[in-house]
Amino acid sequence: MSEEQGREAEKPLVNDTPVDAEREAKLKAAAEARAARTAAKEKAEASAAETVPELPKAPSPKQPELDKLAALIKQEIAESAVEDFYLNELNGDMPILIINNRYWREVAKLLKEHEELKFNYLRNVSGVDYETHMEVVYHLLSLDSKREAAMKLRTDRDAASVFSATPVWATANWNEREIYDLLGVDFPGHPDMRRIMMPDDWVGHPLRKDYEPIDPEV
Amino acid sequence: MIRTEELLLNVGPQHPSTHGVFRIIVKLDGEVITEATPVMGYLHRGTEKIAENLNFTQIIPYTDRMDYVSAMTNNYVLVHAVETMMGLEVPQRAEYLRLVVMELQRVASHLVWWGTYLLDIGAMSPFLYAFRDREIIIDLFNELCGARLTYNYMRVGGVKWDAPPGWIDKVHAFIPYMESKLLEYDKLVSGNEIFLARIKGIGAYDATTAINYGLTGANLRCTGVNFDIRKAEPYSLYSQFEFDVPLGSTGDCYDRYRIRLEEIRQSLRILRQALAQFPQGGDTMGKVPRVLRPPAGEVYVRIESPRGEIGCHIVSKGKAEPYRLKFRRPSFVNLQILPKLLVGETMTNLITILGGIDIVVGEVDC
Repeated sequence: MSEEQGREAEKPLVNDTPVDAEREAKLKAAAEARAARTAAKEKAEASAAETVPELPKAPSPKQPELDKLAALIKQEIAESAVEDFYLNELNGDMPILIINNRYWREVAKLLKEHEELKFNYLRNVSGVDYETHMEVVYHLLSLDSKREAAMKLRTDRDAASVFSATPVWATANWNEREIYDLLGVDFPGHPDMRRIMMPDDWVGHPLRKDYEPIDPEV
Repeated sequence: MIRTEELLLNVGPQHPSTHGVFRIIVKLDGEVITEATPVMGYLHRGTEKIAENLNFTQIIPYTDRMDYVSAMTNNYVLVHAVETMMGLEVPQRAEYLRLVVMELQRVASHLVWWGTYLLDIGAMSPFLYAFRDREIIIDLFNELCGARLTYNYMRVGGVKWDAPPGWIDKVHAFIPYMESKLLEYDKLVSGNEIFLARIKGIGAYDATTAINYGLTGANLRCTGVNFDIRKAEPYSLYSQFEFDVPLGSTGDCYDRYRIRLEEIRQSLRILRQALAQFPQGGDTMGKVPRVLRPPAGEVYVRIESPRGEIGCHIVSKGKAEPYRLKFRRPSFVNLQILPKLLVGETMTNLITILGGIDIVVGEVDC
């Protein structure tokens, strides 16, 4: 950090040092690169405009896996257990399934115990406040087949509640407590639902988007 | 008249063997623990909340402060997540530099563990040896980025500083040095009968339990499960290098000890290969937009930190700041098994088992 500051402080004093020459060269290179990029972009846009309609993308190799997973849950549990399913292109086509909370306990059990799935390892549980609704994401991995998938559960913001997955994966225990603490999502069926990070008498759930800190000392 | 009763004992939050501010309330029946309740949050700083108001480059220094014993890997998981989201290319030289610092960091982190673990158990001098050797790595990092612990070294698209002249040679010289020191460590400690009596067969669990509790790192591999993200889902340049994943069989503290020492050897092996093919020149920063705005959507990215799987879940709405940033911290998840392991153990073994898990409280609380 000090080196950076030092260099900046030096700048007005010595104008023709090699440092500045280097800087100018860099600036020039950056300007050239920018110009090249704009040109390339315009060219790409022009060519894209020529070749409409665009060809549909080749289906991902993970598409059959996703379809099979969704079909299996629908068949074993209930047609309405899976609300939606898609591949997350940003994340190397990770299969994402949106599960109906009513069936979550059965689905979780199936995911872990079914011969073909065996999602025995729960990597991560995240809670997200989307302002319109709350979402809890379970990132799963099967250590045998190395396949992964994410299960999403959506719930109301006001009485946010998702059935706990702790009876199925012990990993969920503290993760769900953390989500309860910071986002205010209740997990019925959890063996020990208490705050974990904030003090027990804390008011509110800090990671909610509309959270306003109440500090009695101010 | 002699009377017996259960004793409620509070350990921590200020207790040297908890490596930070971690508290555990134990119920004792004589010397034997009947119930253990961990209490955490003393070091909770709300990193995830703070991050929602910062742009991605500004968040990097906050990751340094989560697992402050292994800041380089924390840096990497964040920048790697953003790069995955934006589909950015990292120049070869930058990627090699990242790999080298990450492996050096793994060695440094395991040295801290080795030293402090033995200190917990009651051996004073190994701590001094471990910190003497770790100091060399810290000095190397200091020379590279001007900080000893909180490096703030990586950037989305590359690294902040190129290696200064002669730095690579110094890393080169460190490898044989550390290898010879590892032999010394083994001679000094690994065969010590008192030490073995303290850790063999203590805190054992089987593979199914470990997977069910989501353990990762040495805590999982001590049961024989071969899962190292560097091998299983290679990131960075790990697929190009040859290294073994040390595995245990009994799942006790001794296996975890052996694995961590062996991991230092394997890290040195990776370093040797990486330095042999280290690119001579080239950029250390890729072409990156001035303001980083990952496209709307989400990613979950994970890497192997010295403590296990560290993950980063980013939800973006196309803005310069993350909409939601969640870190999956290995120390936090690994610690969950502690209350289960402690039941039926003695107070002395509490220290052995807690130390064996290898937690960093900055990461537990985040």
